[in-house]
Formats: sequence, C-alpha cells, structure tokens
Amino acid sequence: MNLELFLPELSLAATAILVILLDLFLPRKGLLAVVSLLGIVVSGVFSLSLWGISLPFFDATGAMWGSSQTIFNNMLAVDNFAVFFKLLFLGIAALVILASTDYMGKLSRFQGEYYALVLLSALGMMLMAATTELISIYIALELTSISLYALVGFLKDTKSTEASLKYLLLGAIASAVLLYGMALIFGLTGETQLGEIARAIQVMAPSTILANPALMLGIVLLIAGFGFKIAAIPFHMWVPDVYEGAPTPITAYLSVGSKAAGFAIILRVFYSAFGLPDGLSQSWGLIFAVLAAIGMTLGNVTALPQTNIKRMLGYSSIAQAGYLMVGLAAMGVAPAAGILGRSGVLFFLVAYAVANLGAFTAIIAISNKINSDLIADYSGMSKRAPMLSLALTLCLISLIGMPPAAGFMAKFYIFRGAVHNGLLWLVIIAVLNSVISAYYYLRVAKVMWFGEPASTEKVSSSGALQIALFLASLGVLLLGIIPGFMMKLAEAAARMLRL
Amino acid sequence: MSFPYLSTIVLLPAVGAIIIALLGNGRPKAVRYLAAIFTLVPLVLAVALFVSFNKSSVGVIQFEEKLPWITPLNAFYHLGVDGLSLPMVILTAFLGFMVVLISWKEHLRVGQYFAWLLLLETSILGVFSSLDLLLFFVFWEIEIIPMYFLISIWGSGRKEYSAMKYVIYTLLGSAFMLAGILSLYLTTGSLDMVELSRKGLGIVPTIMPAAAMFFLLIIGFAIKLPVVPFHTWLPDAHTDAPTAGSVMLAGALIKMGGYGIIRVVSFFPQVARDYAPLLVALAVISVLYGAAITLRQTDLKRLIAYSSVSHMGFVLLGIFALSEISLTGAALQMVSHGLLTGLMFAMAGLTIHNLHERDLRKLGGLARQVPFMTVVFSIAGLGSLGLPMTSGFVAEFLVFVGSFSSTVVSGIQVYTILALIGVVLAAGYILWMIQRTFYGPPLEQYNSVKDADILERVYMIAFVALIMLVGIYPAILTDIIKLGIAPLVGLSGG
Repeated sequence: MNLELFLPELSLAATAILVILLDLFLPRKGLLAVVSLLGIVVSGVFSLSLWGISLPFFDATGAMWGSSQTIFNNMLAVDNFAVFFKLLFLGIAALVILASTDYMGKLSRFQGEYYALVLLSALGMMLMAATTELISIYIALELTSISLYALVGFLKDTKSTEASLKYLLLGAIASAVLLYGMALIFGLTGETQLGEIARAIQVMAPSTILANPALMLGIVLLIAGFGFKIAAIPFHMWVPDVYEGAPTPITAYLSVGSKAAGFAIILRVFYSAFGLPDGLSQSWGLIFAVLAAIGMTLGNVTALPQTNIKRMLGYSSIAQAGYLMVGLAAMGVAPAAGILGRSGVLFFLVAYAVANLGAFTAIIAISNKINSDLIADYSGMSKRAPMLSLALTLCLISLIGMPPAAGFMAKFYIFRGAVHNGLLWLVIIAVLNSVISAYYYLRVAKVMWFGEPASTEKVSSSGALQIALFLASLGVLLLGIIPGFMMKLAEAAARMLRL
Repeated sequence: MSFPYLSTIVLLPAVGAIIIALLGNGRPKAVRYLAAIFTLVPLVLAVALFVSFNKSSVGVIQFEEKLPWITPLNAFYHLGVDGLSLPMVILTAFLGFMVVLISWKEHLRVGQYFAWLLLLETSILGVFSSLDLLLFFVFWEIEIIPMYFLISIWGSGRKEYSAMKYVIYTLLGSAFMLAGILSLYLTTGSLDMVELSRKGLGIVPTIMPAAAMFFLLIIGFAIKLPVVPFHTWLPDAHTDAPTAGSVMLAGALIKMGGYGIIRVVSFFPQVARDYAPLLVALAVISVLYGAAITLRQTDLKRLIAYSSVSHMGFVLLGIFALSEISLTGAALQMVSHGLLTGLMFAMAGLTIHNLHERDLRKLGGLARQVPFMTVVFSIAGLGSLGLPMTSGFVAEFLVFVGSFSSTVVSGIQVYTILALIGVVLAAGYILWMIQRTFYGPPLEQYNSVKDADILERVYMIAFVALIMLVGIYPAILTDIIKLGIAPLVGLSGG
C-alpha cells in the first residue's frame, strides 16, 4: 500500500495530537492556533500533491473519464473528487481557526482541545469525502459528529449546553437511521463496498429493482441519515437552536464544513452505488427534487421573521441546502454520464463556503464587541465598523445570489445543470426563492447602513480575523467575477470513478 | 486589437467609484470633481464613438471587444454597439454626467453617494453594451444594489419601503429572466446575443416551447419598463429617490427594459409576431391607465413618475407593431423620454429643493419668482406632451405612423387611435401641472425663493439643447437606429 496517499489525513491527525500535547507545555495559547494552521497547510500541500495523481481511467470510447486510486482494500478513494473536498475542508478549517482566535481569547481553559477538535472533525470530513465503503463512511461520519458535539457545547453556558445536547440526541437518532439503512442495503446486496453494491444492484432484473422494498427503504433511510448532516427538510429541526447556542465560529463550521461533508458523501454514495440503472437514479433524483423545493421554500419563509442573526443564517442554511439539492436532483435525473449536476454542487459548495464563512466572521467580530446576536443591535454598524459592514454586505449579497458575488455564478451554474436535465420547474421555484431571501438578507444590510448607531465606539477586530474576512471576501469576488478556473476544477473533480 | 473604447466607457465610472469610496466622505470637494471627471470622460468617448460610428453598414456590431470569460460556460466578455444600443450608451453617459452636476449640492455622506451613483452608471452602460447574455445579466443585476442604497439613504418619504419594493420587484423580474436565459442557453448552447438574433430560433430543436422562453424573458423586462400591471414599484421608487436617482431611474434604467424587449424580439421573431396583439393591447392599457392615474396626482414627482408609465406604453406599442418605422420610433422614444423626463425630474428636484414643497396644491405663481426654471420646466413639459420641435414629437409621431401602417397586428389602427388618446391626456396632466406650479397669482411665501444658479442653468441648457437638436434634426439619431433595427425587421417581416 502506498502510505503517501494517506499523508494528508495522517499529518492532520498528528497535528491534532501535537496540539493537545503542546497545550500542556505552552504558556501562550495563541501559538496553538499557529501550530494548527501549520498542520493544515502541511496537510493541504500533501493533498495538493495528490491532485490528478491517480491513474487515468478511460471509458469505452477512449475518452478520459476520471481517475482513481484506492487504498486500504478499496476502502478509501484518492481521486480528484476526494482531493477537491479535502482542500475545501482544510480551507474551511483554516478560516474557522483564524476567526476563532478572538473568540477563544475569552476562554482561559481548554484552548488546546478546541483546536484539536476542530482539526479532528476536519479529519473526519476528509475521510467522508474519500470513503467508498459503508462502515468506514459511518466511522468517518461519527468522527466528524462527535468532535462537533463537543465543540457545540464548548461555551458551557445554558444555551450552548442545550444546543449540544439537542445536537447529540438528534444526531444519534440520525446515525441510527443511517445505520439501519446501511444494514438494509448490506442485507440486500451482501456488500459494503459501494462499487460492489452497484454491481449487485445491476445484476438484478431492472423491473424488480424499483419494486424492491428493502432497497427503496434503505435508500430513503440513507437520505434521512445524510439529510440530517446537510440540514435538509424535514431533518432540519436541530439547526436554529444549535446554530444559536453554539460558539459562533463553530456555527460557521457547522453551516459550511459539516454540510459540505454531507454533500460529499451523498454525491459519492448515490453516484457510485445507486447511479445505475437510470430508473433507480431518477427515483432518488425526484426525492431530492421534492426535498429541495420544500427545503428552500420553508427555510426562506421561516428565515423572514427571525430577529437573531445566527438563527436567521441557520434557516438560510436550510434554504441553501435546498439550492444544493437542486444539483443532487439534476445528478439523479441526468443520464449517468452527465457531470453537470455534480460539478454544480461542488462549485456551489465552494461559493457558499466563502460567503457564509465571511458572513460569520464579520458576525463574530461585531458580536464580540456588542455582545449580542440580535439584528436590531447591528443598527448603524456601518459607522462603527465600515469595513466589517461592507464585507458582511458583500457576503449577504452573495448568499442572495446576486452578481458580482460568487453566489450568483454558483446558482447560475447549478441551475444550468438542472434546466439541462428538464428540471425547469424546480429552477423556477429556486429563483423565486432567491427573491424571498433577498428580503431578509437585505434587512441586515438595511439595519447596518441606515440605522442609527447605539454608540459611536468603533468596533475593532484582531489581525487574524481580518485576514479571515479578507480571504473570504476576496474569494466571494473572485468566484463571482472570474469563476472559470474553479468551474474547471469542479468539473475535473466531478469526474469521479464509478468504482 | 484597437483601443477598447467601450470597456473604457463602461468601466471608468466603476474605477471612479472605487477611488471615491477609498477617499471616504471626508473630502466632498475632491469627490465631486473626481465624479465629474470620471463621468465626463465616458461621455466624451461616447460622443467620439458616435462620430466615428460607421453609418452605412447595416446591422453590424461595431467597436466589438471579445475575450474569453468563463470558458466552462462558453461565456465571453463581449462588448459592442449597434445602431440600437449606441444611442442608449450616449444617453446613459450624458445622464451620468448630468446627475453629477445635479447632485453637486448633496451634503449627506458625499463619498458614498457618488460612489453608488458611478457604480450605477457602469452597470447601465454595461447592460447596453453587453453582447453576451450572462454578462448582460450580471450588469443588469449589479444595478440593484446602488439603487437600493441611493433610495434608502438619500431618498425622502417612505424611502426604505420604496427601496425594498424596488429590489423585490426587480429581483422577481430577473428571477424569471434568469430562468429564460438558462433555457435559451441550453436550447442553443450559446450566450452570444449577436448569434442568437442572427439565427433566430426557427431551426434549433427546443427543450421547451419558444413562447415559454419568450415570456420568461419578457416578464423581467416588462417589470423594468414598466408595463401595467407590473408598474407599481415605479411611482414609489421614483417619488422617494433622490433627484439624481430619479433622473437615472427614469432616464436610463427603465430603458433597459425597452432595450431588452427589442433584443428578445430579435431572438424570437416568430413568437413576437404571434403574441404581438396581446402585447400591443398591454401597451395601450399602459398608455391609458398610466395617463389616467397621472391626471389625479398631486405630488410633483409622483405625477412625473406616473407619466413615465404612460410614455413607456408608447415604447411597447412601437416595438410590437414590429414595423421599421414604429421600432425606430420606439427606440427614439426611449432616448427622448430619457432626456425629457430626466430634465423634468431634475427640475422637479430643484423646485422641491428650493421651495421645500412638493404638493401641487400648495404651489403656484412661481413664474414671477423663478422665471428661468419656469421656462425650462415648460419646455420639458411641452416636449413630454409631444410638441413639434422637441424630441418628444418626433418619437411619438414615428411610433404612431409606424403602428398605424403596421401589417403585423390586425386591427392595430384601433389600438393606435386609442393610444393617441394618451397624448391628449398627457397634454392635460402636463399643462395642468405647469399651470398649477408656475402660473396663477404669486404666493407670498415663495418671494425669497432663488432661481436656478449658474451650474443649474448649465445642465438645464444642455438638456434643452439636446431635446431641440433631436426634435429639429431627428435624422441624427434615426439614421443610426435604423441600422440596428433593419435586421430585426427583416426577421420579423413587419
């Protein structure tokens, strides 16, 4: 086995352990963040070196179709798809750590554990993007989740604890549902490896596949289990409370990292295991289409009356999951060769990640000063913190999906895939939803720019936070104005191997 | 490649906006002069384009710039003007410079104000010069944010409500438009507006009925134009916007709707023919309904705003009569209305600024106190009701002649005559407004009101000069517009 194919994960795990150990000796806790960031950079370099390393894979006509190399007996894939997500998760973790330094300064203890847990959950997400086998999927998912349960409760006040408990309980139920689904699939096919499952399904007579209750129930239960991770309706009930109670950097992490990991695993499982025959993929594509339509509508409508900005972004993230599921639906209804749905999801995730992280970073900076998450308390913020307000406004515009921000290109790209596959009705629902969302996103901008400031005191922020915000805003603008390069990367990553 | 004139014209205001934003609100004087320079240069360049525009080649895109932009989407940074868009570009550049002069006395957050104003100009110029649908849409949407801030911060009355209403309406329109662009793109695989209008859609297999795509696109533009019943954002936004905002909104922004409709007609000539009766009927309803509502307005700016609904009905009528003369008239009407209503809003803004009064019932007798303003306001008003020698007359005349003789819609003569009633009503509300504002016995409380100062006279004279120029020698524009219209007429066979 080639150990170098596993170096990104190994180095990140080592960094996490190192951070915990260093915590014992280092008097200046700020250095822990530096060590974590260095570990992320090292892991990122290893990941980058794996881009495109795998053997090219050619289809019957000789066109290059994808590439993959697997390790641990076909348990983990090292394809462009996995590398793409690994880099995304590392980037997200880095921004979250940068944004956390201010926040963590308030805590005297457990800083080492905090950074280590962030790294460990990033490790879990990276594994989620790479796993190709049901049991390791479950383990990777639990590694991510358990770290996040602890992080959500990190503040140890009532709200944070409640949020953590809620997240843990509902998360445990979701895991149980997921396991049940996996058990059904395993019972039916006798395999846990995704490629083997696909082959087992394909030898079944086409007419019996859709009539097979175990398979259908298994797929539905998998959707439910993963749906919890991506905050898809109707598995979204935990979102607002957990988002509100968790430390804000962790809220950002949940809304972006955990969601992206959920989509990574859904793409992998449903593409690799249930992608063929077309009749099967069309049936789960339709489930995602319906979930998408309900999710974005309900998310946006419930976000309208929110007064707490973290809750509002919680509901907005439910809606964004809905837009993302438009891509999943497109992947399902598309013929197996179409990559538009998958690359759309990948690009959207990147655009969503930078915009949402940017928004949360600005919120961290502002809330640190005013000790409130109420939108009303952001009144007149443009006079107290012009750059923060500008960046936050830009990120919100991106979340609405208006040019010149990344969100517009993401929507255009993902909706293109959907229209291409005959889902125009879903796209019309989605674009109308963007209009609804404009109202509540712009309400924040309105309060910041037109309200009267409660005091004239300037809102300051640390250098690390400013770097995080600058990077996120830059990402939003670059992806909005010259998205071509990222689309190409997404398309290269979307050509994952049918195992 | 030659010097990128169009990019310079389009992007200079945005560059100015960034520089001004960096300067902040602290140095109002520097900001004003910068804003003036960064809008004057595009105007000069636009005029230079006009002069060097090849006036003999029919339907050819000139000053074209094409660079790959997003290769996975087959989208290009593709700018260019034809006879249809060049007048709009010049109009926008002219208004862009004028609004800087009009806003010279703005004191609130000057830096931010001019930054938004310049960004707005870039986005409108971008819409008129883009030849790639995605680029077009990006510029189309960018305009929303500056306008939102301009109305909300520097507006008056229920400004935040109006601003939000404006945003929601526009976004709603662009939501449909985006769906339309996507389906058009997937049907043809191209975002190139030139190619789309050259081919038409006849030969390409479509993924959905062409009529559905046509209407998805038309709804977006109809909201912007606006066409009754999508017009209710307009009076609110125009009334509550700051003067410069109203001038840009009425002068250039809503023309994006008319311009867009003409482009869509060129993509779907056959569908446009099929549905022309419906749209002509909507046009007549817009004309009459708009005029009727205008008649009962008592707020100076609201009155002018509603008159725009009526006047844009003429544009829609001219477009869907689908004859060469009527389309030329529609395009000319857009330019003419931009100048006339731009001037009217500028005058209304000045009147309100100097008098602190906007209710027609409380105005009167100003002719003695502010004679210069009275004359200019009257010229704008008379132009707006279509008096000969002004641009308004030529434009409306062309629309009516073209529509009346059109063969595309049966019974269009009846519609044309109905729309003519709109002109009569226009005479009613315009003369009534001027009479109530400027004539009658002078009121004591306005004795100390200042007349226009030098700067204000300069921009008023500039407006009036252009209005008269187009009115007396319309060929200066119609010769160019015809070049852009001709291929379209060839396609739709009107």
